[in-house]
Amino acid sequence: MAKITYIEHSGKSHTIEVQNGLTVMEGAIQNNVPGIDADCGGSMACATCHVYVKEEWFNKLPKKEDGEEDMLDMAYEPNKFSRLSCQLTVSDNLEGMIVNLPEKQA
Amino acid sequence: MIDTDVLVVGAGPVGLFCVHQLGIIGLKCEVVDNLDKIGGQCIELYPDKPIYDIPAIPVCTGEELTNNLVEQIKPFKTNFHLNDRVEEISKKNKNWLIKTIKGKEFKASSIIIAGGVGSFEPRKFSVKECEKFEGKEILYSVKDKTIFKDKTVSIFGGGDSALDWAIELSKDSKVKLIHRRDEFRGAESSVNKVKQLEKEGKVQILTQYQLSSVEGKNKIENISIKHEDGKIKKIKTNYILGFFGLIMQLGPINNWGLNLDKKHIPVNTENFETNQKGIFAIGDICAYPGKVKLILSGFHEGALAARGCFKYAKPDEKLRFQFSTTSKSIHERLGVKK
Repeated sequence: MAKITYIEHSGKSHTIEVQNGLTVMEGAIQNNVPGIDADCGGSMACATCHVYVKEEWFNKLPKKEDGEEDMLDMAYEPNKFSRLSCQLTVSDNLEGMIVNLPEKQA
Repeated sequence: MIDTDVLVVGAGPVGLFCVHQLGIIGLKCEVVDNLDKIGGQCIELYPDKPIYDIPAIPVCTGEELTNNLVEQIKPFKTNFHLNDRVEEISKKNKNWLIKTIKGKEFKASSIIIAGGVGSFEPRKFSVKECEKFEGKEILYSVKDKTIFKDKTVSIFGGGDSALDWAIELSKDSKVKLIHRRDEFRGAESSVNKVKQLEKEGKVQILTQYQLSSVEGKNKIENISIKHEDGKIKKIKTNYILGFFGLIMQLGPINNWGLNLDKKHIPVNTENFETNQKGIFAIGDICAYPGKVKLILSGFHEGALAARGCFKYAKPDEKLRFQFSTTSKSIHERLGVKK
């Protein structure tokens, strides 16, 4: 279990306790956090669960697989802290992680 | 006007198997899909990726699955209307009248929406000023490459489309290839070719840049691109091409009077009918308690929706359940020879 904070583009913040083993994307979808679409359902095929991970957390995350960087090419306004939230599996290590959501996903 | 029993919207795996189930129970159908080929997400997003959870098929690719489904529905000689999109629907007496974006018209007693998460459309630039130039100097696909002759073209993207067009247009135009990172994800041979063209001075490659603004009154004059480190670079260009892949949009389905739950259509699980009588939804686009987005779930949903269409297509007949192993009428429909 880890508390994950999702901050919408408008600044509105949602702190959710997400079970270990779920992804950061699933934590948002199951709790109706707006701003994450996840059209493909988590198969790394759509880039609509794009988040910006706060810098201090970004470096603690497991590295991206090749496919993720390729999909991020398609994301809406990616930057160097961009990740696909369907590729971030929640564990105790992520307690307190903050992710910012882009203005829109597509 | 094409007269049929059922109009199927979407030619992905779920739509294709639904065509099979309609054929088995003796209903006619026509299929409309926005893409230029059959297969939906399986073909557009992961033709080469393996799928491991189709019952009785330990592993197959998206393309193989599509090819097998197409083979399985061959006996029904179904018409596919590709590169087209259903735009408007309306109810007349007991039928639905359907119009596509290309102006085709259908009359059907039922509609089955197997639309995935909507139709695929190109992803656009996020810069606001782009809108007024889209379709003119800002393009997301190339229909007529002669318009670029002797012009400066800025191509954005890192995949095969961006690379292929950079190579092709470098013959007659001044090409700038702009990408958000140093690595290109397109084919290695194309990447090498583009780098060769850069050495020959035929293509300029600008990496770690993204579009930040567009200037120009009636025509584009300059664009600004922003580097990862924040520096802005201004370049003169006549045309901009953006290749950021495709995004799925629900599109006109929004206006069909259906209850919607975000991007999904709520259905009952008895026959996958929506709040509108005679409109069914199956596959990724439908929502119900316990819904799992697996292809196999879509197959089941299609089998039941097809049977749900029967009472609208043949109100005076009763649908009798039959097995394909033994039923003579099913064998006839499948063209099975004894």
